[in-house]
Amino acid sequence: MTDEPLLRVSGLSKFYGSRIGCENVTFDLWPGEVLAVVGESGSGKTTLLNCLSTRLLPSSGTASYRMRDGQFRELYRMSEAERRFLMRTDWGFVHQNPADGLRMTVSAGANVGERLMAVGDRHYGKIRATAVDWLSRVEIDEDRIDDEPRAFSGGMRQRLQIARNLVTGPRLVFMDEPTGGLDVSVQARLLDLLRGLVTDLGLAAIVVTHDLAVARLLSQRMMVMKDGRVVESGLTDRVLDDPRAPYTQLLVSSILQV
Amino acid sequence: MTDIATYNFAYLDEQTKRMIRRAILKGIAIPGYQVPFASREMPMPYGWGTGGVQVTASIIGPDDVLKVIDQGADDTTNAVSIRAFFRKVANVAVTTDTATATIIQTRHRIPEHPLSAGQVLVYQVPIPEPLRFLEPRETETRKMHALEEYGLMHVKLYEDIAKHGRIATTYAYPVKVEGRYVMDPSPTPKFDNPKMHRSPALQLFGAGREKRIYAVPPFTDVVSLDFEDHPFEVQTFDQPCALCAAENVYLDEVILDDHGGHMFVCSDTDHCEKRRADGHRGHLAPESHLAPGKMEPAQ
Amino acid sequence: MPTPLVVSDVAKSFTMHLRDGIKLPVVAGVSFSIRAGECAVLGGPSGAGKSSILKMLYGNYAVDEGQIIVQHEGGLIDLANASPRTVLAVRRQTIGYVSQFLRTVPRVSALDVVAEPLVERGEERESAREKARALLAQLNLPEKLWALPPATFSGGEQQRVNIARGFITEHPVLLLDEPTASLDAKNRDVVVALIAEKKAAGVALLGIFHDQDVRDAVADRIIDVTSFAAGKIAA
Repeated sequence: MTDEPLLRVSGLSKFYGSRIGCENVTFDLWPGEVLAVVGESGSGKTTLLNCLSTRLLPSSGTASYRMRDGQFRELYRMSEAERRFLMRTDWGFVHQNPADGLRMTVSAGANVGERLMAVGDRHYGKIRATAVDWLSRVEIDEDRIDDEPRAFSGGMRQRLQIARNLVTGPRLVFMDEPTGGLDVSVQARLLDLLRGLVTDLGLAAIVVTHDLAVARLLSQRMMVMKDGRVVESGLTDRVLDDPRAPYTQLLVSSILQV
Repeated sequence: MTDIATYNFAYLDEQTKRMIRRAILKGIAIPGYQVPFASREMPMPYGWGTGGVQVTASIIGPDDVLKVIDQGADDTTNAVSIRAFFRKVANVAVTTDTATATIIQTRHRIPEHPLSAGQVLVYQVPIPEPLRFLEPRETETRKMHALEEYGLMHVKLYEDIAKHGRIATTYAYPVKVEGRYVMDPSPTPKFDNPKMHRSPALQLFGAGREKRIYAVPPFTDVVSLDFEDHPFEVQTFDQPCALCAAENVYLDEVILDDHGGHMFVCSDTDHCEKRRADGHRGHLAPESHLAPGKMEPAQ
Repeated sequence: MPTPLVVSDVAKSFTMHLRDGIKLPVVAGVSFSIRAGECAVLGGPSGAGKSSILKMLYGNYAVDEGQIIVQHEGGLIDLANASPRTVLAVRRQTIGYVSQFLRTVPRVSALDVVAEPLVERGEERESAREKARALLAQLNLPEKLWALPPATFSGGEQQRVNIARGFITEHPVLLLDEPTASLDAKNRDVVVALIAEKKAAGVALLGIFHDQDVRDAVADRIIDVTSFAAGKIAA
């Protein structure tokens, strides 16, 4: 375990005119830690995720990231080129809709290999071998490697998106409702896969979800957001088993029991 | 020569030519970078070389000698029309001879005869953006060029190998210019790519519909993209030109009859004719084409 | 040897915001300590707050007042005010917990469920599995079940997986929340033996056992939770 966090976020706010996207969010994320951000739609969790992943610039606040050389860099002071480089090497972003994170008209193998080629890999055979390996890790048959994701089911597409993101060995992965829109059985398989990959690779992850079961299964820590503010945070099982804030109690009590 | 009084020299007005020249100069200053320009309506449809024509019109002077080729041929409709156009609107000398031309406007070929310093090759370009087929957003492709994010180009080549076992792209084969910008060399066969590398001639590219101009200055590195284990290769032909017996040139297939008869001949008509005039003779060359006394013994 | 766990003046209540913010006091003035090699048992009627105390000690419930001092990696940590990250580290290295129910994860085999805490502590997966096999055999879980995810197991089978998972590591503190509730006599005896092994190894154990026989067999001491009834202090 490292003594320093991977990501330090302090006083992060994003306003849309006079409307609040998210306000005064502060937390540290350590290597290997999975943080769930929960809340209903409009709670600001996606705004927060987009700010953290630098897809959106915040109105105020700072976020610094510990680069591979051990130096902290202020994310919002980096050049766009540096941020984009980070995004396709040391970070991953798993979109709710796989079509947003995949190239639907190129093969599964090329989808996985793209990040490798982007960082300069120029050996077709090695790129393909890596793609085969990653497809198997996300439980996609090797013989689908030359198929386009258009021919894949929703669950397969999501798994392909995950492989595409993880192929460069990122240290931090952002996930926006990674199991949203999937059948329950497909969800379970995906969650289990994600959980295994996160553990095996020691990934840090920030997972935005409205599904408390997803949060419980994937994350160690949790932040509950309402109206752009963090109303409660702590260990995931503590927040879910002993919710303190009125809104968290409402969320937890609203879970349907099966 | 036709009376040109009713036209401004070379058809375009001076302000337009000035604007285009500035785009050209910027293009030369940043080899391979696509410079936007205010493309004008020309008296021909898009797709017929409006970009190339505007570039030619902006650089041509009364002393220039113009050659126009379409897929290597001086005698196809497009080439003949554009040549006639400039003879009419600029009153310039025209030629089919590669060596004596000062400006060569081309659609999809580079002449076989090596170009020399002082010559300008003007390419007609349909789609200037090499990243376009994989990334439809112009905002994104411009950013990718700016940040030198070219992984996507190799995705295209990867797909080729995955589907065909080799890089099957045979024309518009992407190149990297002076180690910086990835450029579409226009739909020339990849056979011509090596000719672009460190060419003594100035190469200008005009895309009229897409409103882009780009350039490769003389003696600039132009390197075709490839993989370590699938290196760039040009097309090879297993027989020489049927008319002039030239080898190591780009050949077109010509259908001779309804029974499957065909022959492969030089796509560069000027090159082929010159060789035949010099007495070279392919296996299907008619006798009459040969100058007396220069006949080569049959091989 | 320092005392691995000291609880002093801990209080806990629930505020029910959805019911007009009424406050339900649970316990107050909870104070006790557990020595290494000792098994203490929380006693008292149900509803007295035994489970809540265990959950606070594991960081699963928040603590309103007081301190929970744990000997962790050579230092002392107050769990009542520790950061989530510290609580996780304490759970990984210092305090183990066997709950009444197994929270199953889809598609993970019983063997890996049991081996996981060791793997998290950095042990090689194969040697962790080896230890898991030994424990599951000791707990008489049929070998044909080992490779299956426990979700479809019977209550007793799940409980044994859960116990194996809790006992496989060498945590110096072990919390047991009715680990024998759904076990037959034979397996209860196995658990009693396992607890004896832990005591011999110097582990501090704190448990809730409703089964009188098991309690008598393992308890060195009963901590009467009724003395921590919140009303007494609050009144």
